[in-house]
Order: sequence, then structure tokens, then C-alpha cells
Amino acid sequence: MSRLFRHVILSAVLCGASAASADEIPPAERKSGYEQMGREIRAMQDDDSANPAMLWVLDGEALWSLKAGAAGKSCADCHGDAQASMKGVAARYPAYSPALARPVDLEQRINMCRTDQQQATPLPAESKELLVLSAFLARQSRGVPVEITDDRLRPFVERGGELFTRRQGQINLSCAQCHDDRWGQRLAGSLIPQGHANGYPLYRLEWQTLGSLQRRLRNCLTGMRAELYPAGAPEYVDLQLYLKSRARGLAIEAPAVRP
Amino acid sequence: MTARTLVSVPKEARRGEVIAIKALISHDMETGFRYDNTGKPIPRDIITQFVCLYNGIEVFRAELHPAISANPFIAFYTVATESGKIEFKWNGDNGFSAAESVTIAIA
Repeated sequence: MSRLFRHVILSAVLCGASAASADEIPPAERKSGYEQMGREIRAMQDDDSANPAMLWVLDGEALWSLKAGAAGKSCADCHGDAQASMKGVAARYPAYSPALARPVDLEQRINMCRTDQQQATPLPAESKELLVLSAFLARQSRGVPVEITDDRLRPFVERGGELFTRRQGQINLSCAQCHDDRWGQRLAGSLIPQGHANGYPLYRLEWQTLGSLQRRLRNCLTGMRAELYPAGAPEYVDLQLYLKSRARGLAIEAPAVRP
Repeated sequence: MTARTLVSVPKEARRGEVIAIKALISHDMETGFRYDNTGKPIPRDIITQFVCLYNGIEVFRAELHPAISANPFIAFYTVATESGKIEFKWNGDNGFSAAESVTIAIA
């Protein structure tokens, strides 16, 4: 009897342990949040004349060739036609910046260009100007598979992965507990997606606007009742990088539409 | 920044063909029911009216209300009658107005 009892306890502990240590989703089962959406929202994303994020892309296209800063240069003056020069860029961001010796996301990269090349003031995070530019850039990579290959990024990907699996907040949850272990199930009324970062910046119906991946991460942290990382903290970029590396092989859908 | 519009009309159509028209515009559609961080109500600021003219003849009209989402998207159908201009007009609170026009050729 006592042996049976011990056996039950032991298996319970083992089950608990296997549930807590989340495994990455195997490549064959990896799918974009797109596939878990309803027909109507998918149609909205697929049709460029119905996708509200295209309003940002069009604004971004206009801003691309607008001269700014003391240098009086536009993005197009250096980079030319974005359709050719920016294709695939969003698929490999966040990318390593040798100057900072750490990864930067697309929005930070835009601001580096602004301060260094255009000699203009950096655009505030989540501002309309920054979002229209990143939406326009990301749009040029639509269909390109996500790929994070730079070896210099490895320690940052690992750090992001560590943040992803770390329990935090008042309800003591990790990102992985929902997005690795329980995707496809429901959190209250909402379907839990795998949490791949292949559509950002994206139009979220709940926000009624377009937002960055950092905004989404802050949303998740608030939902977990965890303390937010300070604005612009490296943790956000490490997490974004891990999410990107976790989404490798999925096609960029930016700018996507999500509920 | 002025309102960005995005309209979709077929460039060509056969006479008598039923064509789909889609019109999207950037607008916050502030309902007037929300409060800011200091508890002050945020005044209503919405688009109230949308009109579509086909060679000067009104073919579609919509009244918009606070429950309509930001960046309103309106899709409807009309019959392609003759070549010419299709105009779109949006009007709203605080003197908001935006217009867009495209041409259509009838084979």
C-alpha cells in the first residue's frame, strides 16, 4: 500500500516536472496565429484594400522619401527603392548592432538611422511616425521566412528564451506555459496562439490601431500581472529575438491583423 | 496628419456589371463615452457621414455612429453604368472632411 502510494506521489511529481519544463513546439506543429483566426479576420488581413494596417503602410511609404533632420536626407536617399532594398530585412530582425554590441529591433534601427544619418531627433516609441515606417519596412518582407542566423545573437536568444520560460507576476506564469504548452486552448474566451512574432507591427482589433511587438509584450506582462520592464529595456529585445528565432521558417505576414 | 484613405474600385467593368467598392479611412472614432486619466470626458470626435457619388449621382450613403470602430471600412456594391468618376466623401465632428476619387472605364 505504502509502495503504491509512493509510486503515485512520484508519478505526480514527474508529471508536474514535465509540465513545468516547457518544450519548444516541434517545427512540424509550428503555425502562425493566422491559422487560428476566424474566416472574417483572415479575409481582412489577406485583402490589402480591407486591411486597416495598409493605412500605416501608405503613410510610411510617403515618409520614406520625405527629407528630415539637419542632414536633409530621406530614407530613400540612402536606401533607394524599399521594395528591393528592404525585402527580407524584417525577417531577420532584431539584428546585431556592432556599435552597441547587442541586438536592436527594427524600430530602434530606424531611430539609429534617424540620429546618425539624418541627424534628426529620434521618433518616440510607439509614435505614429515610427509605426508607419516600421509597418512600411515590414511590408516589404511579406512572404519571406523568418530566419535568425547571426552567431553573435546566440547569447541574446538564450537570454530571451530564459525570460520566456521564467515564471513571473502575481499569478506566477511564464510565457511558455500558455504559448508552448497550452496553445489551441482557451484563456477565458480567447484562443491561445503559439505566439509567433511573424506579423508585427500589426493591427489589433482590440487596440483599434496598429502596434509594435513591444506593445504586445507589455500587454502580456500586464495580463500576467507582472512588473513591466522599463521602457526600451533590453529584455524586450531579447524576448523579441527569442520569439523570432522560435518562429523561424514561418512567413512574414506584416502588417498582419489579429483579434 | 490628414486622414489617409484607401479605396478599391475595379479599373474597368462591363456595362451593367455589379461591382464591389471598398473604402477605408484612418480615423480614431473617439466615442465621447471615454474618460482620460484625470477623469475628464474625452469629447466625441467621429466621422458622421459617408457618401459615394458616381458621375455626380449619389449611389451610396451611410450615417456613422459612436459604436463604429476606428478606421471605418465600408464595402458595398453598385452597377457599372458608364465610364467616369467615382467620388467618396467623409464628413464628421470638428469640421472633419476627406475626399477621394477614382476613375472607372466601361467596356
